[in-house]
Amino acid sequence: MVENEGLRRYVAHAILWIGIAIVAFPVYLAFVASTQDNAVIANGQMSLWPGGHFIETYYKTLFVGSSGTTREPVGMMLLNSLIMALSIALGKIFISILSAYAIVFFRFPFRMTVFWIIFITLMLPVEVRIYPTYKIAADLNLLDSYSGLALPLIASATATLLFRQFFMTVPDELLEASRIDGAGPFRFFKDTLLPLSRTNMAALFVILFIYGWNQYLWPLLITTRDDMQTIQVGIRKMIVTSDALTEWPVVMATSILAMLPPVLVVIVMQKLFVRGLVETEK
Amino acid sequence: MQKQSVFTSRWLPWLLIAPQMIVVLVFFYWPAGQAVRQSFLLQDAFGLSTVFVWFENYKELLADPDYFASVVRTFVFAAAIALSSLSAALLLAVMADKPLRGVGVYRTLLIWPYAVAPPVVGVLWIFMLNPSLGILAHGLRAMGIDWNPLLDGNQAALLIILASAWKQISYNFLFFLAGLQSIPKSVHEAAAIDGARPIRRFWTITFPLLTPTIFFLIVINVVYAFFDTFGIIDTMTRGGPAKATETLVYKVYSDGLLGGNLGSSAAQSVILMGIVIALTAIQFRFVERKVTY
Repeated sequence: MVENEGLRRYVAHAILWIGIAIVAFPVYLAFVASTQDNAVIANGQMSLWPGGHFIETYYKTLFVGSSGTTREPVGMMLLNSLIMALSIALGKIFISILSAYAIVFFRFPFRMTVFWIIFITLMLPVEVRIYPTYKIAADLNLLDSYSGLALPLIASATATLLFRQFFMTVPDELLEASRIDGAGPFRFFKDTLLPLSRTNMAALFVILFIYGWNQYLWPLLITTRDDMQTIQVGIRKMIVTSDALTEWPVVMATSILAMLPPVLVVIVMQKLFVRGLVETEK
Repeated sequence: MQKQSVFTSRWLPWLLIAPQMIVVLVFFYWPAGQAVRQSFLLQDAFGLSTVFVWFENYKELLADPDYFASVVRTFVFAAAIALSSLSAALLLAVMADKPLRGVGVYRTLLIWPYAVAPPVVGVLWIFMLNPSLGILAHGLRAMGIDWNPLLDGNQAALLIILASAWKQISYNFLFFLAGLQSIPKSVHEAAAIDGARPIRRFWTITFPLLTPTIFFLIVINVVYAFFDTFGIIDTMTRGGPAKATETLVYKVYSDGLLGGNLGSSAAQSVILMGIVIALTAIQFRFVERKVTY
């Protein structure tokens, strides 16, 4: 193509950089704020360059806690978020790979009924059944517990469908071959299917980890004790007081810490992330 | 589709599906069923007795101007978020689809906001646009705009829409880029040889070929605007001022918090379920025509 390519390229680069700037600016501002003095920010005289309070603010945020309404240090919240995200990701992968294995590699009565029972859960996010779910969690004594945080969010079909789709593509010959070698269902699963599913599991893990880490409404309802709070819920409690009392550097440091793990996962494991994203939306 | 070669065992498959079935029945079907059941019941003020009232709760809800306003608001939000976020993402994706140097870097720098949680998005944006200390708010004041989203409902709504669209750009960008890359280059070259200018090539060739991706993304964005904006709204405006940013999901949440009418809140949930099921059905109609990465 022989059009005015040079100029067009410059325009494209410029538009992309503007896009990146728009996307990055709020986060940059949050970081800058987290390194400055609260009084300066509250006066609305914040500088656009990082200040000198980096270590002080982050130490306070992680280990001491803000002096406002929540005194819980963010380190604890990070741990809670991590446990919740890992339980959701691993729990979902675990129960899904087993049920997909049963549905694809076994014949049993009501097999399709079981499949549809699981399939329908794909449609309804936890938000639409939030209070009845809360009631059940309360009845089962799951309030303020890690299982209560994770279990209702595990109850959905995305991962099962993904594994089912993948298992369908596994050639029959593989099963025949391991049968001839004398392998039963356990050995076939462990020695053949699991190694083949590794990439799928990793891609799924990346997506589910981000999904779990970023949960908000459910943890907000089910945690009442400060030491069970996840970081997303903790942030909101920090800005509950009026502007003047909010410790903005701590709030902003918490925001940065809250987004750091999932953002790093996206950047470092970009290939798996993209793959997981595209496959779970199918 | 069925496998020819399978295992036979009477008890093993049941053992394998048991964990998922238990979780799904206890935490999905039971609460969803409860919501449907309660939506047909009316409870007295003390919670002592309940009566079966058929569709009374729904009728009352649909006659409630507050609820109607919330329905309209939610759809307006969804349309505004989808439109702004999709157009920004499409522009960026078209630019990133060109044979530029460093496209991989651009992609990385544009997709990471996907991982920022909605409540964090809310905090970031309220910090920039907080009337008393936000940097952008000062800029708006300097331009003579009376900016106060804490009092002005329209400004609050705009704030929610902007922040929600901002977060969704990365997701849309990723899928648009995938869609663009699946269009064969030869199509563009043929049109270029025929003398079509780049902008015309975009509207007559690229855009029509992208329609499956666009439809798919519209559904995803609407679902996002319905459900995932909860965290953004809760940290920025809490549905206020004067309910100006109260979406359907936020209303279910805040009505339930007040602990008032159980039947009405259940009916709201059931209506939401209906909307999601409809959206999912629409999405599945387009599923076979979707992009592959």
